Amino acid sequence: MFDLTGRTALVTGASGGIGRAIAQALSEAGAKVALSGTRENVLEEVAATLKGESAIVPCNLSDEEAVNGLVSKTEEAIGPLDILVANAGITRDKLLMQMNDDDWNDVLSVNLGSYFRLTKSCVRGMMKRRHGRIIGITSIVGVTGNPGQTNYCASKAGMIGFTKSLAQEVASRGITANTIAPGFIASPMTDVLPDNQKEALLRQIPSGRLGEGADIAAAAVYLASNEAAYVTGQTLHVNGGMAMI
Amino acid sequence: MSDVLERVKKIVVENLDVDGDKVVESASFIDDLGADSLDLVELVMAFEEEFNIEIPDDVQESIRTVGDAVTHIKAHI
Ligand SMILES: NC(=O)c1ccc[n+]([C@@H]2O[C@H](COP(=O)([O-])OP(=O)(O)OC[C@H]3O[C@@H](n4cnc5c(N)ncnc54)[C@H](OP(=O)(O)O)[C@@H]3O)[C@@H](O)[C@H]2O)c1
Repeated sequence: MFDLTGRTALVTGASGGIGRAIAQALSEAGAKVALSGTRENVLEEVAATLKGESAIVPCNLSDEEAVNGLVSKTEEAIGPLDILVANAGITRDKLLMQMNDDDWNDVLSVNLGSYFRLTKSCVRGMMKRRHGRIIGITSIVGVTGNPGQTNYCASKAGMIGFTKSLAQEVASRGITANTIAPGFIASPMTDVLPDNQKEALLRQIPSGRLGEGADIAAAAVYLASNEAAYVTGQTLHVNGGMAMI
Repeated sequence: MSDVLERVKKIVVENLDVDGDKVVESASFIDDLGADSLDLVELVMAFEEEFNIEIPDDVQESIRTVGDAVTHIKAHI
């Protein structure tokens, strides 16, 4: 089950907590993995932990032109792309009253704009090959909302709507498009939260613990697999029961 | 040059699984040959490959019939 031997995958945000775990799990399942992020040295470190074939493809996702070229750069390195995991994401948390245009535009462009560009550039080849897996990493708050995150929640909800539409467009060509919505996962993104906020969050999680990168990675391996061919347009919530949607 | 129509025809027959006799210049991909919009995108991709040309997105939208495709391809190869 869930054998990805011979498949290729691009993981954005592979230098981050969740992306690294996803890259490792895809590699473990047999895929050739291209790792993207801006910190080249960290990508090298992650690549060194992978047993299978891998490549690093650094790219700043706020640079539209660079994003448009990322898939072809990836395909030069590891061959035609089977699996896209759009995982990179940023937060610029502020109350709406304090939010400025940059806070809004930066989050929308890195989280959602790059998702549009990356999927557009890989879907063509996937259509020809009659196979593809698009996986967007969204967030529980894209569905529930969260004060202080109007920009972030808009970008994550946007990913969900985008993915559902894309899924309908390409389903007949053997391509699935799904999102994974992590709850509260231990990573550099959540390490920065104040302790009292973390404790309050923990009380809302029936499983009684934070999620691990590996919890999200397992969902990604499943959605990338042949076994998940009939699952498309879905949002898979991985959140310890924090929200049951 | 004259074989452009023949080559286009062959691609259309393969992609849309239609009878070659129906693939005449006046035939509309969608109305006469049963293509949907995604089929059209794929046809254009196949033309691009066969004739080694690039058909920009805005031109793609104006290709409605077999003749439109042939005219465009002839002008660009
Ligand atoms: N942690 C959670 O609890 C949680 C919950 C729900 C959803 N998520 C989502 O899960 C995804 C991964 O989050 P994480 O917790 O692993 O965060 P993280 O550790 O902060 O990692 C973020 C990743 O995004 C990359 N990135 C950020 N800006 C970029 C840019 N402009 N260009 C290219 N890459 C960029 C970073 O690469 P560099 O550092 O190399 O630039 C890094 O690899 C995000 O989409 C996040 O929204 C996380």
